Amino acid sequence: MLKLALRRVASLIPTLLIIVTVSFVIIRLAPGGPFDEEQGVSPEVRANLERLYGLDQPLPVQYLRYLRALAHGDFGPSLRQRDFTVSELIERGLPLSAALGLCAIALALITAIPAGIAAALWHRPSTDLAIAAIAALGVALPSFVIGPLLALVFGVHLGWLPVAGWQAGAPRYLVLPVLTLALPLAAALSRLTRASLLEVLRTPFVRSARARGLGEARVLLRHALRPALLPVASYLGPAIAFVVTGSLVVEAVFGLPGTGRYLVQGAIDRDYPLVMGMVVVYGALTLLLNLLADLACGWLDPGARDA
Amino acid sequence: MRDFAATSVATIARRGLWSDARRRLRGNRAAGAALVLLVAIALAALIAPALSPWGYDSLDWQHLAQPPSLTAAHWLGTDRLGRDLLVRTLHGVRLSLALAVLASAVSLLIGVSWGAVAGLAGGRIDGAMMRFVDVLYSLPYLFVVIILGTLFTRGSLIVLALALAAVGWLTTARIVRTLTLALKQREFLEAARALGVPPHSILLRHIVPNVLGHVAVYATLIVPQMILFESFLSFLGLGVQEPQASLGNLIFVGAQEMESAPWMLLVPAAVLVLLLLCLNLFGDGLRDAFDPRER
Repeated sequence: MLKLALRRVASLIPTLLIIVTVSFVIIRLAPGGPFDEEQGVSPEVRANLERLYGLDQPLPVQYLRYLRALAHGDFGPSLRQRDFTVSELIERGLPLSAALGLCAIALALITAIPAGIAAALWHRPSTDLAIAAIAALGVALPSFVIGPLLALVFGVHLGWLPVAGWQAGAPRYLVLPVLTLALPLAAALSRLTRASLLEVLRTPFVRSARARGLGEARVLLRHALRPALLPVASYLGPAIAFVVTGSLVVEAVFGLPGTGRYLVQGAIDRDYPLVMGMVVVYGALTLLLNLLADLACGWLDPGARDA
Repeated sequence: MRDFAATSVATIARRGLWSDARRRLRGNRAAGAALVLLVAIALAALIAPALSPWGYDSLDWQHLAQPPSLTAAHWLGTDRLGRDLLVRTLHGVRLSLALAVLASAVSLLIGVSWGAVAGLAGGRIDGAMMRFVDVLYSLPYLFVVIILGTLFTRGSLIVLALALAAVGWLTTARIVRTLTLALKQREFLEAARALGVPPHSILLRHIVPNVLGHVAVYATLIVPQMILFESFLSFLGLGVQEPQASLGNLIFVGAQEMESAPWMLLVPAAVLVLLLLCLNLFGDGLRDAFDPRER
């Protein structure tokens, strides 16, 4: 178990390096530059700006410089948000984005697992049909549709919650964003829990546990639940990816000042250090959380530890 | 007695993969309904804009932000600039479908070549190629789409399709590699190698035709994914740009206007959901028809 963990941690660095390299190349290949929309800038001033930020150097030199700065934890200055370093921007936005993502994952897990268990134990054709319908709708309802619809119903029509915006220390501004992120995730997770628990309940070891005279509750909690949660844990990796990308949309829909807008706006503005900084932060976060999800799988399933 | 045996053998023999699949697909009512709806939407998107007096970017100053009404000039209403929402939505469907089909085709091309080459080459090359796929896989899909979307912002629709294709090929590559590895064990490939057939013709003559059937089924599930990615990008302002309409940027504008003009959000959102639902239902039906074990 420890060896697996160490090996996986060691593989994070080269993976992150590949991600950084590929994104660096793609962003620099993109047409346009950070100072294109600058008003009334003479070519001399622009050349000076580019020299100031080292953009006049050959690309390989810039790449190596970036890597060296990154190794020292320096993301560089933002080219468009003057007077801010990328680290400062990330420090401002990350707490809100992290709160949003964590709340959504927590809410999805807390609601989905009991719902999945209940659906598995209460296995009827009518519930099966309802679940199939929800699943079919789930793949067809992207978060940029759910978000505005929730805002329309609960914000505009019912007036229960703010349509959009953010005030520090007012959690009601987070309710709809968290719901938007959590709903599709909860639908997928509960379906997964139900299917895998149904499968486990049919296996011989559950039958023999029942044959030994154990009560239903004990069979479920002590024997069936742990293996049944394995697919749920292995789905956490994709779920994390979903939440990370979903938060980009949700922050845009609800006007939350998180980090998501930096990635999109930075990409539109060709603010190279900002985009790269976001790529590194989100990439590292995703890889790390995926690692945790894998370790959770290893803990749930001894057989997966050697893989 | 002998006649009976002969006929039953004949009927069994005639039930091949395709007729089996057709029978299963016909039994799947959801997939059938989805197909009918899909054809209807696609036809409407192709034909209707030509029949309407309005273009997707023509402004009607007499009718700004009109709500939907069947008696008015604009059945599904207009936006702030007086552009017909029905025409714009259908135009968006057309653009989304065209981009998605193009992107799926390109992603299949990349995926099949990548997977087949990796599987056939084996060893270190295989390891390196699949490691690359794994790395891309570990990143959030749409995250890669955004980075690639930067390539597009001031580019063309073709570049957008290529950017979409660049993230869609990963699963295809994995599937094709697995299939290729299985094919490599078969006698006819061993025979081809023993006869000295060069690797590139083994690839084109034996591997590609044999994996294409499986891949074609999977392809029907790539198309809705591509529509989703495209509308996601356009929603964020990285994809299709105004005045061109795509479902994504229509939903974005609609979300901005929903307090005063909710139909601007509801119409494109409903069409997108319907389109994705139908494509997924049909794709699932097709996959179940060809491979019932996957259910």
